[in-house]
Amino acid sequence: MTNNKKVKQIDRRIIFLLIFIGVALPLLITIGFKIEVTENVQKAYDLVNSLPPNTKVLISFDYDPASKPELHPMAKAVVKHCLERDYQIICTALWPMGVRMCSDTFESLEKDFPNKKYGIDFVNLGYKVGGKITIQKMGRDFRSVFPTDTGGINIDEMPIMDGVTDFSDLGFVFSFSAGDPGIKDWVMIAHDTYSVLTSGGTTGVSAPAMLPYVNEQGQLTGLLGALKAAAEYELLIDSPGSATNGMDAQSIAHLIIIIFIVIGNVNFYKNRKKNRERG
Amino acid sequence: MKRKIPLIITFVVGLLVITSDFIPHKPFGTLVSGLENWFMIISAFAILLGTLSLIKVSVLKIKFKNENWKYYILTLVSFFVMLLFGLFWGTKTQSGLFGHGEAISSIIGLKPFDYLFENIYEHLQATMFSLLAFFIASAAYRAFIAKSFESNLLLGAAILVMLGGTSIGSYLTGWLPESLKFLHLPNIAAFIMKYPNTAGQRAIIVGAGLGIIGSSLRIILGIERSYLGGS
Amino acid sequence: MELFYSRLGVWIGVLFTFAIFSFLYKDNPFYKVAEQIFIGLSAAFWVVITIYDTLIPNLFKPLSENFGGNIILLIPAFLGVLMLIRIIPKLEWLSRFPIALLIGTTAGISFLRYLKSDVLNQLTATMLNPFAASDWISMIGEILLIVGTICGVLYFYFSKKHEGALGTSAKIGIYFLMVSFGAAFGYTVMGRISLLIGRLQFLMGDWLNLIAH
Repeated sequence: MTNNKKVKQIDRRIIFLLIFIGVALPLLITIGFKIEVTENVQKAYDLVNSLPPNTKVLISFDYDPASKPELHPMAKAVVKHCLERDYQIICTALWPMGVRMCSDTFESLEKDFPNKKYGIDFVNLGYKVGGKITIQKMGRDFRSVFPTDTGGINIDEMPIMDGVTDFSDLGFVFSFSAGDPGIKDWVMIAHDTYSVLTSGGTTGVSAPAMLPYVNEQGQLTGLLGALKAAAEYELLIDSPGSATNGMDAQSIAHLIIIIFIVIGNVNFYKNRKKNRERG
Repeated sequence: MKRKIPLIITFVVGLLVITSDFIPHKPFGTLVSGLENWFMIISAFAILLGTLSLIKVSVLKIKFKNENWKYYILTLVSFFVMLLFGLFWGTKTQSGLFGHGEAISSIIGLKPFDYLFENIYEHLQATMFSLLAFFIASAAYRAFIAKSFESNLLLGAAILVMLGGTSIGSYLTGWLPESLKFLHLPNIAAFIMKYPNTAGQRAIIVGAGLGIIGSSLRIILGIERSYLGGS
Repeated sequence: MELFYSRLGVWIGVLFTFAIFSFLYKDNPFYKVAEQIFIGLSAAFWVVITIYDTLIPNLFKPLSENFGGNIILLIPAFLGVLMLIRIIPKLEWLSRFPIALLIGTTAGISFLRYLKSDVLNQLTATMLNPFAASDWISMIGEILLIVGTICGVLYFYFSKKHEGALGTSAKIGIYFLMVSFGAAFGYTVMGRISLLIGRLQFLMGDWLNLIAH
């Protein structure tokens, strides 16, 4: 891309080392930068905060361990908020490893909510192949897609599933999404076809492409994008967790990358000047 | 027969799905509902096909002693160990062919399948993707050069979002008076994301959406046939 | 005993974490070993979960519990087997039938959903009245949103040469796309750094106990 061969480039391993230190040190020594809540996170929070107790809500875990550091803190914060609001949480997964992400989330919250019972207050319906076509089928006939939960228990035996036949029985759909299939499919089917309020959290990579769906049409009601949004949500529910702890490291790492971009540009212009001087 | 029947299936199925959206009553709604169920089951077999393909490729590499063939033995061993653990003693919630494997779980604390998942797989995948943090930093240093008006826009937006999108942005411009709050870095980043970014992304979404609609029609009408493969 | 295996699990995790990180120095056998184990485990996980979560509850169980009532499911099961036959080169053509069904369904649904969600709803969401905005910043923003979307869409119109009014609009469209790409890069950096934070939280928390986890 660049033509700055004459200027000595910094060895990439030095960049790697500085990034490593830049992330590691703030995890050890807390700086405590202030976290400000942004509009889209507030909208998502308001949605979760708006329904009466015992509302059935659907949370889809559409991610795997590769995106766990970004999406898991969000999932934990939103699920915690839902449990505090006494919602009945129905979990699904469009990614096979989403099943594990769901069970991990509930296990980590077990000690905070010892009275919440599986099958009554929450259920893990597991993974289904098929992305948007499977979601469409859920909209027509929820029970035929999920005859059992992930453990093979018939959903007719679970009080939480009483009366759930299609999307109209749900308060909202919330998808934690690392790509395709994911939140976009939920927008297309759950909101745009079956008119259920839809929101979610995405990785930093997908967040900019999902923002156009947060619009006057209400395709998405707010959006949590990247770890920063998870930290904001933790702040809103007053429960700092791993996202809040990671914010200092995130800030410092960004600063280091910006410094490297500046150095790269200075090198480029120095080199160009040298070339011009030489004719 | 080898090509015509699949083309007819695609046409009929595609048309049926579109028709059922406008006429959701019987028989269209019922037919498409069944079709969606079939889709789910066939897709599950497609996942199995992907795995069979992986095994075939690995076996061939080992058989013909291709470059790095020894590592492919590990692919097969790890695959079959994990598969058998899962099928024999099940997963966290599922019972396997030999039950829940309580005897093993009481020693290692988890089912064997879960032990491998939590202690090896999760770490491998998470670390694999975390490598990108290093490479993106190195790439930014080498490639992010302000050479033209367009690249200045790209660079400026990236830096403002990187600063404003984290807590350091709040720290750097938090001292600004209320009248100048629109210059506060998180506000600038939010403005970029809400308006110019949304405009650009929306243009891509609309453009790609029109492209997908066109491709879907070409597939349904049998003009696009590449999915059938050769001969 | 359980504690020992739990601790051993953490150490195994650390070992594989460093095996992958070793790639930062250069490609090496440790990385290659970790990479191939990752592929093997990943494929097995997909198979196991697909069997337990989809094939058993949605195919095998209904057939075993009420064969007569669910006999129709033999059709997708048969098509699924045809899909697997793709692995045999001579019979590969048989897999075209299930693929045709998958492609037809996907094409039909994509046609409808993209038209509504990505074209109609997105264009409707752009039809704003900026002069009704609550403050001047929103007004400027909404004007930018309208102009940027229209010019950006025009940039993707390649059936006519980009010159004159179309050329100018397309050029403005490129500027908006550049800002979008810059913003996307900023967010990508944010995402990638988060993944590294997660890894270091594991190393310094679960392994070294230096931070709370």
